[in-house]
Amino acid sequence: MAGLMARASEITQAKVSKLLDRAENPEETLDYSYEQQLVQLQNVKRGIADVTTAKKRLELEDASLQQQLAKLDGQAKQALQANREDLAREALTRKATLQQQVASLQQQEQQLADQEQKLIAGEQALSAKVEAFRSQKEVIKAQYSAAEAQVKVGEAATGIGEHMQDVGLAIQRAQDKTEEMQARAGAIDELTSSGALEDFTSQGDDLDRQLAQVSAGSQVDDELAQMKKELGQGGAQ
Amino acid sequence: MIVRLMGEGQFEVDDSLKARLDELDDETERAAEAGDANALRAALRALHEEVRNAGQQLDHAHLGASDAVVPPEDLSLDDARKLLSGEDPFPDL
Repeated sequence: MAGLMARASEITQAKVSKLLDRAENPEETLDYSYEQQLVQLQNVKRGIADVTTAKKRLELEDASLQQQLAKLDGQAKQALQANREDLAREALTRKATLQQQVASLQQQEQQLADQEQKLIAGEQALSAKVEAFRSQKEVIKAQYSAAEAQVKVGEAATGIGEHMQDVGLAIQRAQDKTEEMQARAGAIDELTSSGALEDFTSQGDDLDRQLAQVSAGSQVDDELAQMKKELGQGGAQ
Repeated sequence: MIVRLMGEGQFEVDDSLKARLDELDDETERAAEAGDANALRAALRALHEEVRNAGQQLDHAHLGASDAVVPPEDLSLDDARKLLSGEDPFPDL
């Protein structure tokens, strides 16, 4: 049997030797590999910047959702004061839906933060490797005959090539995650802007009805009861 | 032997660990073929833990190839299947 570890090892080795085959002699291999490393380091830095930007965007989104939640809360209170329990219920139902979205958004935010941490660690490791490679390559060039150099170069370049694959994968995963997050944030954005309770009295559109159908029932009931208590409408009514 | 845990780095482990790692590796294959995401995650996690606990992490400045490469702990079922069928799940790298 050949499991995932066996397969990943084969694929990584195949990729690295393809990378090395592009250059003909040891010196060329060294210089080519070093160029690749610098490019890869740049990619990692860009990857980190992308993730950081996405994280900022999410934080803004989060802040605006919190405002929206507070607004719905206020509207529910107003509605209750005006003895419109139906509207208060509607507002609280929306609030509950929104809270679910916020929770899942925050969970993904955490994942993004983890990706960012991994990339930063990856960048540090890669920088250390590139630096080691830079000093070794001059030693190899100066000290070894062509045949010996070939072996030394192979060892050094394979090690770093493998690491570059690894870091490259981390970048790719971070980018996937970032795109997913942005799509998600966009969708929530749309939901809140089109579902905002600007006008209580208008009859609900399709989205409103869908939102109302969401079974956030018990939470809404609890909140309604709590609000009534606060407003002194509790058992007295 | 040297093992790379993707996303974590390289570890030097005793050769005697190989049998245990191969055993866990077989589990990853069975889980992926059965389409069992939980079992896949568990097997990959066990591989990572085994290497991490028994091995010595190499300095980042170490330059050398690994004898084995362990995919990330959170590899998706989809990517696992691709790997097993000989397809490269990370073609852009």
